[in-house]
Amino acid sequence: MDPKQKALEAQFQARIDADEKIEPKDWMPDAYRKTLIRQISQHAHSEVVGMLPEGNWVTRAPSLRRKVALLAKIQDEAGHGLYLYGAAETLGIDRETLLEELHAGAAKYSSIFNYPSLSWADMGAIGWLVDGAAIMNQVMLTRTSYGPYARAMVRICKEESFHQRQGYEILLTLCRGTEAQKQMAQDSLNRWWWPALMMFGPSDGASTHTEQSMRWRIKRKTNDELRQQFIDATVPQADYLGLTVPDPALKWNDERDHYDFGEIDWAEFWNVVKGNGPCNRERLQARVKAHEQGAWVREAAMAYAEKRQQRQEERNINPRGLKNLAG
Amino acid sequence: MKQAFFEYLLRLGDNALVLGHRLSEWCGHGPILEQDIAMTNIALDQVGQARSLLQYAGQVEGSGRTEDNLAYLRDVGGYRNVLLVEQPNGDFAHTITRQFLFDAFNYFQYEALRHSRDEHLRAISEKSIKEITYHLRYSSEWMIRLGDGTEESHQRMQAALDDLWMYTGELTEVTEVDEIMLDAGIGPGLHSIKGLYDEKVSAILAEATLQQPTGAWMQSGGKTGKMHSEHLGHLLAELQFVQRAYPGMEW
Ligand SMILES: [Fe+2]
Ligand SMILES: [Fe+2]
Ligand SMILES: [Fe+2]
Repeated sequence: MDPKQKALEAQFQARIDADEKIEPKDWMPDAYRKTLIRQISQHAHSEVVGMLPEGNWVTRAPSLRRKVALLAKIQDEAGHGLYLYGAAETLGIDRETLLEELHAGAAKYSSIFNYPSLSWADMGAIGWLVDGAAIMNQVMLTRTSYGPYARAMVRICKEESFHQRQGYEILLTLCRGTEAQKQMAQDSLNRWWWPALMMFGPSDGASTHTEQSMRWRIKRKTNDELRQQFIDATVPQADYLGLTVPDPALKWNDERDHYDFGEIDWAEFWNVVKGNGPCNRERLQARVKAHEQGAWVREAAMAYAEKRQQRQEERNINPRGLKNLAG
Repeated sequence: MKQAFFEYLLRLGDNALVLGHRLSEWCGHGPILEQDIAMTNIALDQVGQARSLLQYAGQVEGSGRTEDNLAYLRDVGGYRNVLLVEQPNGDFAHTITRQFLFDAFNYFQYEALRHSRDEHLRAISEKSIKEITYHLRYSSEWMIRLGDGTEESHQRMQAALDDLWMYTGELTEVTEVDEIMLDAGIGPGLHSIKGLYDEKVSAILAEATLQQPTGAWMQSGGKTGKMHSEHLGHLLAELQFVQRAYPGMEW
């Protein structure tokens, strides 16, 4: 490495260590930029793909109040996608390129959305567990070293905790309801618990990006720390619902002051990451289809904007023609 | 009179519910993320309006039915929405055209309902008109943008307009319920709304470079409940699934 480069990197790391925020115009190592683009775009894609399992129940929500709340929640997720694509754009990559990568299967999104939503209770479990797990990660990211990402997270986190409460309240209603409803809730927890734990990623020993990301303060906690934090916060909530967490090894450990829990099925984890989850193909196809079927709309909007611009210019040249051109 | 008022509120509420439901089918599948959000916004407004209107309908009826009883436990024959709003989404051109053809009517309808003699309906309308004004602006803009966009978008829009035109007559068709509402000072005169509607639609279609279909037969039967299309049953099968499969529970 040439000395000038080395000095820049040392300076950069010093800023990170002093907890300064890095802004778009600041110098940054290529690898830092690449890591952020990868992480922010994955996050953006997750918000957008994440609309699908919940969108699956919008038309079947069991009351009008629930329908409105679910629609509003999914709309928030679309908004999160927009902020995050915006944050990625500050690093010099546009949304269209990122979407191409997603549609080509080259970009990742959170594997949790490759699981199916099979009952109304899943709208509760997703809000409670999936948004709940996302919050653990995102609260940490409000202090991430890259300014635009940190600021996007501040906005997003407020909405995510609202989503989590909304999901929990759906389950609470079911658990206070009939036996059939309670069973629906338990079944849902059984299906979502382990995938939710997998949201934090591979365990620290197997995580390739963690160490460098921690040094750059993109991440401030390891996958395992966040997972533990999530379990500790969530188990008492399951108890309050009267539901059983589907992990026979789950037990409070006084010495550690944490819950002990069973081994995650890492074979399943990697299998879903590789594309073999129950809904990987469907989710991607749904996004590709929406994009392709929307192509003529986007083209038309652009063509119309150009026409307008042109007419405006013609009008400026020939103001007397205004009436004709507008007509 | 009470029966007519109940029917009238069902019409208003069902229009909002069914169209809001249709738009919500787009959620997560829109052509652009921004439009996904915008359509969800409209769906949210409409389902929100439906809640107020059906709740009020239940009160007027006076036999203890709630908004959810009305939404989830009536079959096709009990629904009072116009045929236009129950038509399937089709492509984005059909969705936008359906929205515009409805919004243009709905806007003038609610402008008039702000002066209704019924205080509660007046209050609902006062709140809804702001939303509906935005809906009309949104759908008008997209009519123009897509009508006057590319060759393909123009063709798609013209096809959608040709498909949906026959459902526009019902919007301003005067039925017995409308006459009773007009006499009571509750509902607007549909003749005058028809004039405003035709004018607005012609103006936007002209700007969108679209041909207004002529001489088409107008279908009706939705708002009287005499004959809905086959589409409504499927919509309700989805909308009502949970309540039908697990009767009598709180959600
Ligand atoms: Fe989100
Ligand atoms: Fe998120
Ligand atoms: Fe969320």
